[in-house]
Amino acid sequence: MGFNIYDFSGMTHNMHLWFLERMSPTATTIVEWTIIGVSYMLFVALFGLFLVYAERKVCAAFQQRLGPMRVGYWGLLQTIADFIKLLMKELIMPKSADKFLYNLAPFIVMIATFLAMAVLPFAKGLQTLDFDIGIFYVTAVSSVGVIGILIAGWSSNNKYSLIGAMRSGAQILSYELSVSLSLVTIIILAGSMQLSVVVESQRDAWFIFKGHIPALIAFVIFLIAGTAETNRGPFDLAEAESELTAGFHTEYSGIKFAFFFLAEYINMFIVAAMATTVFLGGWMPLHFGSFESFNVVMDFIPPLVWFFMKVLGVIFLIMWFKWTFPRLRVDQILTLEWKYLLPINLINILLMSLVVLTKFHL
Amino acid sequence: MSETKEIIITSDKIHTDEYLVNMGPQHPSTHGVLRLLVRLEGEMVHNIQPHVGYIHSGIEKMCEAISYPQVIHLTDRMDYLSAHMNNEAVALCIENALQVEVPERVKYIRTIMDELSRLASHQLWWCVMGMDLGALTTFFYGLRDREHILDIFEETCGARMTLNYSVPGGVMFDIHPNFQKRVKEFIKEFRKKLPEYDQLLTGNVIFQERTNDIGYLSLEDAIAWGVTGPSGRGSGFSCDVRKHQPYSAYPLVQFEEKLATKGDTFTRYRLRMEEMYESLHIIEQLIDNIPEGDYAVKMKGVVKLPEGEFYQRVETARGEFGVYIVSDGKKNPYRVKFRSPGFSNLFALNKMAAGHKIADLVAIMSTLDLVIPDIDR
Repeated sequence: MGFNIYDFSGMTHNMHLWFLERMSPTATTIVEWTIIGVSYMLFVALFGLFLVYAERKVCAAFQQRLGPMRVGYWGLLQTIADFIKLLMKELIMPKSADKFLYNLAPFIVMIATFLAMAVLPFAKGLQTLDFDIGIFYVTAVSSVGVIGILIAGWSSNNKYSLIGAMRSGAQILSYELSVSLSLVTIIILAGSMQLSVVVESQRDAWFIFKGHIPALIAFVIFLIAGTAETNRGPFDLAEAESELTAGFHTEYSGIKFAFFFLAEYINMFIVAAMATTVFLGGWMPLHFGSFESFNVVMDFIPPLVWFFMKVLGVIFLIMWFKWTFPRLRVDQILTLEWKYLLPINLINILLMSLVVLTKFHL
Repeated sequence: MSETKEIIITSDKIHTDEYLVNMGPQHPSTHGVLRLLVRLEGEMVHNIQPHVGYIHSGIEKMCEAISYPQVIHLTDRMDYLSAHMNNEAVALCIENALQVEVPERVKYIRTIMDELSRLASHQLWWCVMGMDLGALTTFFYGLRDREHILDIFEETCGARMTLNYSVPGGVMFDIHPNFQKRVKEFIKEFRKKLPEYDQLLTGNVIFQERTNDIGYLSLEDAIAWGVTGPSGRGSGFSCDVRKHQPYSAYPLVQFEEKLATKGDTFTRYRLRMEEMYESLHIIEQLIDNIPEGDYAVKMKGVVKLPEGEFYQRVETARGEFGVYIVSDGKKNPYRVKFRSPGFSNLFALNKMAAGHKIADLVAIMSTLDLVIPDIDR
């Protein structure tokens, strides 16, 4: 089928033709959807498990211990064992919970993460949806998850859950602004919202280098706001265990809790993947203008490897935040957004527009 | 509680009720079975009503049925982090009542053990303070260093937390031959580690934002509520028993009673950090000069206190700990009352935390350094 590690578009195209030859177009669509869906589910489950393991190892390294070591080599099977345990656990529902909403909430959170994953370009040609408002789409669907969190907090009929959910709502609504505006800065530079175009235009230099200082500022803001969007420390107010026990998912157990847990990690992946795609060149290798031999060596590393190296780097940064910083208070979180990040962002957009207008970036 | 009112919806606006939250008895940041009835309006704390007694073990009543040396064994179950100070308080009280003069060696050993306990307690407080504010890494840094102190304790008297080391007339065993060497090693190492604590937490912008200018306690309130220890000294209340009524070897050492006037959460935090340096300083002065001699004076088989009332106070890691013994001349006390610092400190919480956010309540509670069995006894 023409498998090429550097360019997947040929392979996917051939697959599509291969299916069309053997079945009707409708059946082809259904089969392709199924394949894509199953691959995403597998990816989410496996990568989620890997991230949980990575988090535990990273946090152990920061805390001068070893982390999980007993199950499997270096504890590699620990998270799998944990998830089997979660699958087998009894699902406990509070007597006074709103049953429909209570059961619905974990799925909304999961659906939001799956939706956002659809447009991420993993490598050349390895992208499910590639349409002209890709960046806009990601910011739009990723904020659907907060509805799930709000519903979870409301329907559990637990006071701590409700406080957690309200905090989460206020926080995500505010930081959504910063995420979008920092992405707008790059849209101005790229001139397109289509993710494949954004990646392609970083062939010579990643936007974080190409966009001079405004791009760097936008990257930092995106990292801060992205961490806040995923409800991770130091912005983990919604599940601040020292104040609200476990926040919005206090009343969830078993696989429903696992959904929230997994969604948090996959959201972290989405933020890291967006940061990679928009600022760090996506799956593009690192190129320096005139070092031809260096560029050739870099080209030799497959795009998938580049993508995941960058993503894991950003994820490591986000984990680093969590394990070194104390948690912010709710009013400080909002002050940080509305009084600092938002004005800086607006000025930053102006600066970027000037850079683009004067063609300083070329 | 049946205090929830109905929500009344009128035509122009909705009257909402206060949000009544039971923090505890099982809650991660009450560090035990403390129950706080918190009235909230949104995130704002209106009123905090502590409900104590969930781990009440009747220690004071039990003391009436057992002999004086046995009372000591109960005291380290109260404030388990200041076990040695509690033991010492009872031992001192009995010694004063019987007018027994303990050897110099005992005084030195007791003081060193006091300060080591204080260090271990403050280290644990620091870990938990960070954890309450969401910085989980502090927990492992603090416990790492605390382990060295507990090892020294274990070598000295066999126990790591409930020491039972002080007995009327001295200490139970002589110190281990390695004791001085290991303590000196620990001091040398910990002096290097303490700046790490500041790097990780004290200097952090978020931490300072979270603790500065919250939980003010005025000097008047501190005195009125009997808030002692570093929490009281943060408000300028000079209440260090080691200075004002020195016992054991404290008259012999140079140290400073750290005082501050601001009285907010960060001040209390900073004072405890400074106290750790002071403790190291005190141990350094004593560790090389432990005099030779007996580690205990010979007491009678059955200790009987003369008729009367006896009071002895010591400075534990949390504040002033007092032992009040009423004796009727028999071999067991007629009545024993413990003045525990945690109990008084806890009830000033409403004064400090009312009007703050719920997250501040956790931070303020953390600087009070509560140990629940110390409150409930």
